[in-house]
Amino acid sequence: MALDLREATGGERDPATAGGYAEPPERVGFFTDTSVCIGCKACEVACKEWNAVPEDGLLFTGMSYDNTGSLGADSWRHVAFIEQPRRLGRQETHLAPTELPPDLLRSAGGRTAVSLGLPASAPPDGHVAAAADMDFRWLMSSDVCKHCTHAACLDVCPTGALFRTEFGTVVVQEDVCNGCGYCVPACPYGVIDKRPSNGLVSKCTLCYDRLSVGQEPACAKSCPTDSIQFGELAELRERAAGRVRDLHDAGVTSARLYGADPQDGVGGAGAFFLLLDEPEVYGLPPDPVVTTRDLPAMWRRAGLAAVGLLVALAAVTIPGARR
Amino acid sequence: MSHTDVRLDTSVELPVERDALIGSAGRPERRQRGERLMVSKAEFRSYYGQPVLKSPPWQAPDIAGYLFLGGLAGASSTLAAAAELTGRPRLARGLKAGAAVAIAGSLYSLVHDLGRPERFLHMLRVVKVTSPMSIGSWLLAGYGPLAMLAAGSAVTGRLPRLGRLGTLGAGVAGPAVAAYTAALISDTAVPVWHEAHAELPIVFVGSAAASAGALGLLVAPDREAGPARRAALLGAVTELATAHRMERRLGMVGEPLRRGLGGALLRASHVLMAGGALALSLPVRNRVLTRAGAVAMIAGSICLRFGIFHAGVASARDPKYTVTPQRERLEARAESRRRRP
Ligand code: SF4
Ligand code: SF4
Repeated sequence: MALDLREATGGERDPATAGGYAEPPERVGFFTDTSVCIGCKACEVACKEWNAVPEDGLLFTGMSYDNTGSLGADSWRHVAFIEQPRRLGRQETHLAPTELPPDLLRSAGGRTAVSLGLPASAPPDGHVAAAADMDFRWLMSSDVCKHCTHAACLDVCPTGALFRTEFGTVVVQEDVCNGCGYCVPACPYGVIDKRPSNGLVSKCTLCYDRLSVGQEPACAKSCPTDSIQFGELAELRERAAGRVRDLHDAGVTSARLYGADPQDGVGGAGAFFLLLDEPEVYGLPPDPVVTTRDLPAMWRRAGLAAVGLLVALAAVTIPGARR
Repeated sequence: MSHTDVRLDTSVELPVERDALIGSAGRPERRQRGERLMVSKAEFRSYYGQPVLKSPPWQAPDIAGYLFLGGLAGASSTLAAAAELTGRPRLARGLKAGAAVAIAGSLYSLVHDLGRPERFLHMLRVVKVTSPMSIGSWLLAGYGPLAMLAAGSAVTGRLPRLGRLGTLGAGVAGPAVAAYTAALISDTAVPVWHEAHAELPIVFVGSAAASAGALGLLVAPDREAGPARRAALLGAVTELATAHRMERRLGMVGEPLRRGLGGALLRASHVLMAGGALALSLPVRNRVLTRAGAVAMIAGSICLRFGIFHAGVASARDPKYTVTPQRERLEARAESRRRRP
């Protein structure tokens, strides 16, 4: 039982140290370099398999190739797909207009064919002409729990089910959680959610079981392009900074890091990203802040209100008092 | 559903069948559906209009109901203790009974809303000041038995000394029970609840005082009803004035307080509360009028909590309320950096 304001007020200390570990191992995390993501969803599959995460609903969302939708209790990795009429660096798209068979065109009610951005698959016999001025890029990004330095979910959990591991990650203990659901609206990224089937919350554990035996998380292991890189956070941050420089040199000026700054609203994310557009385009909040940063102010106001109520209710009984 | 905005043909005749223009616009207003998004005023960008946040997985009757019952119970206990100390036994007794019923109801709601109700005692595994729910659980664990004791003794006339202890204890703890619920919902990423954290405790205690005063008017004989009437009026004025200020200050983030289900409930709440206060402040003392006013105030207090609850949920569901203020914050910071390099 501990009076615990440390997580919220720990400043820039290492989260595991702030969480009470005397000599924790190096803090680990993910660097997700979305510029090399090919949208294969191997990470989603590997995560489901390793962690026995149940099926999350078989839906057709109509959002490009994303049928997962968002992170949730049963989706601990989520690959976002964004199609944009923009050039990626100096890349030529070599996209070609697709020629639809006449009857298909008719059944489309005379509407013009819409390119999904897939390179045309017609035979190279002259039917296909390159659309020279058609810029296109396809952004893909594998999202995951950020394992925040100042984690709102962990701060607000009333049972202590959410805890800080020695690796600096944030994990739910299923046998302690009572499903109060407080962590769900507390997370500034909308990561953690309640699973209706058992009433408990769940999210990425950064493969706590694998870390404990010196293995890298399942998603990073399975990523064929090394878009998901696992390692010690300090080293990942250096590597990421170098990658941004390289991309800028290659003309991809839209490359930027997200969640890598220890000064940001959550004290820096344990899982950070290299993005090619604004965070909100990927469904990420542009400037997330851990809600408990304002908690001292909230407690002060609530205390003030309580004292005010006590005084006011005492005062209204004074006129006409008989004793 | 949303389609790609990448097309070979940019003819203006193209039908637009999407909710959000990926990476360049957000979800259009309902009445704009079918219009071309290129002319949409929505300036923020989003991922297919999907929410950034997860909505609270709470049932409105449970949690909004609890916000009301907790406020009613807490303020009633305090008013009861003050009434007892100033020689108004029947007002005190009625309020104590009301507080006990309300707190029993709120405990039921809280346990009922858990994913695993049988594990509700896990709340008392730890004490965490970073978690208003943890502090609230301990508050209720202390306040609940005291309020029960006070009510039990007052109704049965037994154990007067323990009853007095319960009355005073619950009277002192009551305001904390009524006020902490504001911190409870503010300490989330839900835009409306979080941004309203400065006013919400005042709004909640005002509403609590109004409902407790109204309850007192319903249970006490006329000659003991003075404090209840004053509490109800003071509470109503505090609530209405602070809620008004809150809605104004929040600006764009406060939109859900004016629109949709949340907005409708809040408007109903304000009308009921103001109407009730008017009925109670008329110079003529009329039993029917007083009772009607008191009932209106209690209904107004209920509508307030449900309105705030639904407005919060609506603000979490629409990415606009998450993205726009954060974007503005970022731009303001960049601007101030540019000014002093
Ligand atoms: S991203 Fe959300 S769920 Fe993950 S650690 Fe941060 S607050 Fe918790
Ligand atoms: S739902 Fe479980 S993990 Fe989340 S705050 Fe409640 S007890 Fe903690």
